[in-house]
Amino acid sequence: MLRLALILLTFAALPVQAGEDVVLGLSRDEIEINTTFDGSEILLFGAIKRESAIPEGELGVIVAIAGPSQSLNVRRKERRFGIWVNVDAVEVDVAPSFYAVATSGPWSEVLSEVEDLRHKISIPRAIRSVGAPSTIKDAQSFTDAVIRIRTASRAYKVDEGAVELREDTLFQTSVRLPANLTEGDYATRIFLTRGGNVVSQYQTVIDVRKVGMERWLFSLSREQPILYGLMSLAIAIAAGWGASAAFRMLRQG
Amino acid sequence: MLAKAPGMTLTDIMYIYLPIAEVSVNAFLLLGLGGLVGVLSGMFGVGGGFLMTPLLFFIGIPPAVAVATEANQIVASSFSGVLAHFRRKTVDLRMGTVLLIGGLAGAAVGVVIFNYLKSQGQVDLLVKLCYVVFLGVVGMMMFIESLRAIRKSRAGGPPAKRKKHSWIHKLPFKMRFRTSGLYISVIPPLVVGVAVGILAAIMGVGGGFIMVPAMIYLLGVPTKVVVGTSLFQIIFVTAFTTMLHATTNFTVDVVLAVLLLVGGVIGAQIGTVIGTRMKGEQLRILLAMMVLVVCFKLAFDLLIQPSELYSIGAGGEH
Repeated sequence: MLRLALILLTFAALPVQAGEDVVLGLSRDEIEINTTFDGSEILLFGAIKRESAIPEGELGVIVAIAGPSQSLNVRRKERRFGIWVNVDAVEVDVAPSFYAVATSGPWSEVLSEVEDLRHKISIPRAIRSVGAPSTIKDAQSFTDAVIRIRTASRAYKVDEGAVELREDTLFQTSVRLPANLTEGDYATRIFLTRGGNVVSQYQTVIDVRKVGMERWLFSLSREQPILYGLMSLAIAIAAGWGASAAFRMLRQG
Repeated sequence: MLAKAPGMTLTDIMYIYLPIAEVSVNAFLLLGLGGLVGVLSGMFGVGGGFLMTPLLFFIGIPPAVAVATEANQIVASSFSGVLAHFRRKTVDLRMGTVLLIGGLAGAAVGVVIFNYLKSQGQVDLLVKLCYVVFLGVVGMMMFIESLRAIRKSRAGGPPAKRKKHSWIHKLPFKMRFRTSGLYISVIPPLVVGVAVGILAAIMGVGGGFIMVPAMIYLLGVPTKVVVGTSLFQIIFVTAFTTMLHATTNFTVDVVLAVLLLVGGVIGAQIGTVIGTRMKGEQLRILLAMMVLVVCFKLAFDLLIQPSELYSIGAGGEH
């Protein structure tokens, strides 16, 4: 009986041992894609709640926003018969459509390799590739290419030091979401680290949805493709005819 | 909370989010592109799809969406054109129908080829090779022909008469095409129709740049009915490809199509005015040069090493 009470006590004491918790606020947890959507900026702000004195170790805050996961087919060109042709292909099983990581300090100081592996925070860890054909020896270069291409198109980004940390208690950062956003749930994770070890984490979801005409056209194109196709033709013909009629009238006075 | 100020500013209006392409593009850029290609198509009497589709790739529209949407746009931009030709009675309905039968069969074949090569990751290469080969051949033929015509007219001689009789006239299944004043076999128009149908499905073009020379040089159709008849055929074939893309790949973006169209129609009117002020040979040599420039650029891109050897495609397409 005494032993059970002791076990219970240690369990109850565990969160206190960690001592620090993240409290988060978001400027918005819903993004609506309408006709004039031109990207969006999300402000993340929060505080570190603690019930004891500030523990030892360098404090770090990491914010990671990940778009919906996709499976990708990455292809590599090679020279064949004088022209450049896609030859090898590797399936990348899981890659987020968007991934942004912001940290409060240099990467090596805020997160250890082991913790990165466990929580899959850095970009290379957030991508998973298993099934490379045995004929391809350098499968890693295909995953690297995904990161390189998506970083260049600003779909993936790492911002070291972009999280502003004040008095070891308050933090804030902003993440810019690009205009060509994929619809879906954007998993948002906040990690609190001490000396590179994750001591607390918080997870929430930012909902990215098309609304209004965007929503209506998109749904129609998936649910009633024949109707959508006929409607597209009709609208385009009417617009073309209307524009040329208007122009003719304009020229005739 | 950071809310946007009420009332739309100019920058809000300029950018427009395309629901199917899932990108945000400057609306004026799309109107401008439509207008530019429209001027060229009005000047030369071609659809301009062969220029518009690569331009759409260039501004970041996904290739599948560009090809499908361009088909939709061509239907609409050809529609007002064909009406004008009907009024002038310069459409050979019989010839158009024969071309159309071939065209629908060709479009179906083209979509099958397209989907097979897409699964092999070779669709980009196919599209570009098609462009290089067809633009190269057509461009060279037009260039040489119009150069000869210019030399002839400079020398003061009568314009060259085209050969009236060739192997084409020896084929069976002859049919009378009254509007064109022809009595030829249905096989060559059918073949031309099939070829253009395949191109329409694969390249996202109407195929006017292939069909117009083929009708003039191969079939001997009089120039005044060529454009109206080819437009008539193009409308139905591209409408068919639009429906195929809309129902199988869900890649037709109606907002994109309408924006390109409005610019295109206005551009085409301006282009027609410019076109009527220039001589036929000069126009043709200009068009030939433009076709060759696009061809060389594409060929060059295939031959030199690309800066990025890797490309990302959607998964699960085995």
